[in-house]
Amino acid sequence: METFLQQILNGLVLGSMYALVALGYTMVYGVLNLINFAHGDVLMIGAMIGLTILKLLETHAPGLSGGLQLAIAILGAIPVAVLVNILIERIAYRRLRNAPRLAPLITAIGVSILLQTFAMMIWGRSPLPFPQLLSPEPVNIGGALISHTQILLLALAAASMVALVLLVERTRMGRAMRAVAENPRVAGLMGVDSNRVIVATFAIGAALAAVAGVMWGANYASITFTMGVLPGMKAFCAAVLGGIGNIYGAMIGGILLGIIEALGAGYIGDLTGGFLGSHYQDIFAFIVLILVLTLRPSGIMGERVADRA
Amino acid sequence: MSSEILLDIAGVNKRFGGLQALTDVGIRIARGQIVGLIGPNGAGKTTFFNVITGLYQPDSGTFQLGGKPYSPSAPHEVAKAGIARTFQNIRLFGEMSALENVMVGRHVRTRQGVFGAIFRHKAARLEEAAIRARAQELLDFVGIGQFAQRTAKYLSYGDQRRLEIARALATDPQLLALDEPAAGMNATEKLALRELLVKIKNEGKTVLLIEHDVKLMMGLCDRITVLEYGKQIAEGLPSEIQKNEAVIKAYLGGAHE
Amino acid sequence: MALLTFDLQHKPRQARISMAAVLALMLVFPFVASQFGNSWVRIIDIALLYIMLALGLNIVVGFAGLLDLGYIAFFAVGAYLVGLFASPQFAALLESLIYYSPTLGEWLVALFGPEIQQKGIHLSVWAVVPLAALVAGLAGALLGAPTLKLRGDYLAIVTLGFGEIIRIFMNNLNDPINFTNGPQGINMIDPIRVFGVSLAGEQGSGGMVDIGGYAMPSVNAYYFLFLFLCIATIFITSRLQHSRLGRAWVAIREDEIAAKAMGINTRNVKLLAFAMGASFGGVAGAMFGAFQGFVSPESFSLTESIAVLAMVVLGGIGHIPGVVLGGMLLAALPEVLRHVVEPAQQALFGTVIIEAEVLRQLLYGLALVLIMLVNPAGLWPSPNREERPNAALAHDEQEGAKA
Repeated sequence: METFLQQILNGLVLGSMYALVALGYTMVYGVLNLINFAHGDVLMIGAMIGLTILKLLETHAPGLSGGLQLAIAILGAIPVAVLVNILIERIAYRRLRNAPRLAPLITAIGVSILLQTFAMMIWGRSPLPFPQLLSPEPVNIGGALISHTQILLLALAAASMVALVLLVERTRMGRAMRAVAENPRVAGLMGVDSNRVIVATFAIGAALAAVAGVMWGANYASITFTMGVLPGMKAFCAAVLGGIGNIYGAMIGGILLGIIEALGAGYIGDLTGGFLGSHYQDIFAFIVLILVLTLRPSGIMGERVADRA
Repeated sequence: MSSEILLDIAGVNKRFGGLQALTDVGIRIARGQIVGLIGPNGAGKTTFFNVITGLYQPDSGTFQLGGKPYSPSAPHEVAKAGIARTFQNIRLFGEMSALENVMVGRHVRTRQGVFGAIFRHKAARLEEAAIRARAQELLDFVGIGQFAQRTAKYLSYGDQRRLEIARALATDPQLLALDEPAAGMNATEKLALRELLVKIKNEGKTVLLIEHDVKLMMGLCDRITVLEYGKQIAEGLPSEIQKNEAVIKAYLGGAHE
Repeated sequence: MALLTFDLQHKPRQARISMAAVLALMLVFPFVASQFGNSWVRIIDIALLYIMLALGLNIVVGFAGLLDLGYIAFFAVGAYLVGLFASPQFAALLESLIYYSPTLGEWLVALFGPEIQQKGIHLSVWAVVPLAALVAGLAGALLGAPTLKLRGDYLAIVTLGFGEIIRIFMNNLNDPINFTNGPQGINMIDPIRVFGVSLAGEQGSGGMVDIGGYAMPSVNAYYFLFLFLCIATIFITSRLQHSRLGRAWVAIREDEIAAKAMGINTRNVKLLAFAMGASFGGVAGAMFGAFQGFVSPESFSLTESIAVLAMVVLGGIGHIPGVVLGGMLLAALPEVLRHVVEPAQQALFGTVIIEAEVLRQLLYGLALVLIMLVNPAGLWPSPNREERPNAALAHDEQEGAKA
């Protein structure tokens, strides 16, 4: 059984990836009041493209350092993921902006299936190995081990989140996003083009998911066309935990959920007297969701849903 | 007209976060009366409505209907006890026909459940036929009997308001609570509404009415209560209210009718 | 299509003729199809079960407007119930149970008889089907209870979560006490026995069932059973739709606050929707388990929940004939295509470019997306507009703001 510190570290790594994906969910929900069911699959697309790029680098530009390869993979995956997400918004969601809530949710489910099917067609059905590019020597922090890949993951996640905060708080686009999330009609009256804001929101969310996807592959050394479904749902649970519509909430919720899952998986055997084992890890996210929605629906940071007057 | 008190509510307080929406508001309605509730926008009229019909939970207050206390904790319990309401922004079941809307109103006074639905034994069939007949009767009563099969969302605005009233009447209420039934109506429609309300009163129903149209209220109501900023500032006969200084200042703006 | 109507209320004569025509078609089908082997009838057997599922989900999603993304859990409940009580599995369970609690084990043996240690429990279909309906119905109410106050999309995710939780439990409840036999699933489930006749055929009969002197393949025998159950489901859900309860469900779907104000106890009525919908799923699941002879967690994933939802949506949410059509299309078509498309590609291109499995997924995804974009009311929406839920969850937003 791993030490407490080790589990916290594991949780932090897992939670960082959840946070990156949760941000995408929360931002889209903030401006559109829509759960982008297909967002988890954007993570998968990011991972797949990243792998493809790495394979290309292997054959055409061997000898590059591991870190550089990963950087190129991520930089290559981002535009593709962004394009995919923007296309989804344009084709599937835009026309349903004023439809009853059931419609875009069902469409989103359909889009998710289509993404997975295309991925299955392009990259095949079996899991694909993701190369280990950084030094396999783990770093020892107070008795707990963390790999170089995981350190990079944490760094990238932190950097991305800082960049996002700066964008939202300091730039014009960021202000526009916050305005549309608060009150789209008034924002429109103030000259904000809500379509552009929405596209930007989808783009940013996709970029973050792409980073998470490539690092997920690097961390777990294997990817497959269904890899995005469960993490996507869990990231949504994290977004709700933190307070849907709130960016800081998504970050906090993501990390918190990762830690809850890691600790839960570690201690569940003890808690239930051996009846339940760590395979039950996946249920924690949903239990958290149900508890949050029942006890404190506004989440940790409080709900910031668009005010439809 | 009997002087028996049907609705007796006192001491209602309701706070929303930092805003004290209602302060010690009460109302007493005798059976067979039409009582009006007026006040400027934001005075708390709909909030009061929502409290007495169970949509909002009050911080305090006593609630009696027909001499018996009732608990405004859940809207469906309130309907069962005998208060039926309409809404400021019409809330019909848009995709159902007019007839079916009113049939839903009969839900609270009927019983058939899963067994009756599936097996349609004699009692179930009789109840269903009675529901349908009564619903048609009520549609005729409010004047839209010919639109029974029309989908509710396709009715004209004025007819939708009537439908909402018919649906409320279907619950066999002791008290009919109408929230701005004349809102958005033109003069002709208002006249028709007035006729309908008089008809309802003549059937012996008791009515509580929120309205902005002062002329309509003055001619129709037996008594009027005035709210401003969540407090009761006047109560009495329409003629008294018209002359009440506080009311004039708050609401009537110095005009006279 | 204009001649084909099932609207008993407004066009009774035409409706009855249409129904008779379809019924005749369905009755004749297996005899014709058997000429070409068993696979066609088998496809429709499974399709009939999925139609039952779609009709059950239609109560929850279509009538009451509650988007349940974990519906397959009730299918699983029914299937695993047969797996536990009509197969040798109970013996395995007993074995692991005795290890931990010998007294409980002894009590069970005393209750059911000593053979269960060797052979497990084998309830007959007459016991297992009502049991499946009951247990699934209870599960439906239990899983629906926490969702009663949730807004549309949250309700969807929570029900999805429940579906996943159930699947995870089915996959892992083999240790320490072996309820479900884990990822391997449970096999050797008893076939259905009706009036002494086993629908899988007796030993040595080559899978032929002898009904009153007439022999038919097992899949045909099951076909008629499932057809009967399907018709019963259509009948029951139709009756529910046009009743006081059905109106209450639609009222809740259209405007929950107004429904409450009209005296509808929305909590109970919603629970009833969950329970009734779930019970149909349970019965279908029990039939599935007995038909296949084996169940495993793979058959009960999120993909399946979404597939059933797609059938409801494609056909026309709330409209029973539409749901039946959607179910038939999405359940049968992919299998039919597999028999046609793969050989066709072989012949044309020398290789299979798009496998049937991929085609199936494509169809589902496209169905969901295109229908919502082109005509949210579905392929065959109700001619009576009051059966369509288009205005429904638009209200959810306002209510959610208050909730």
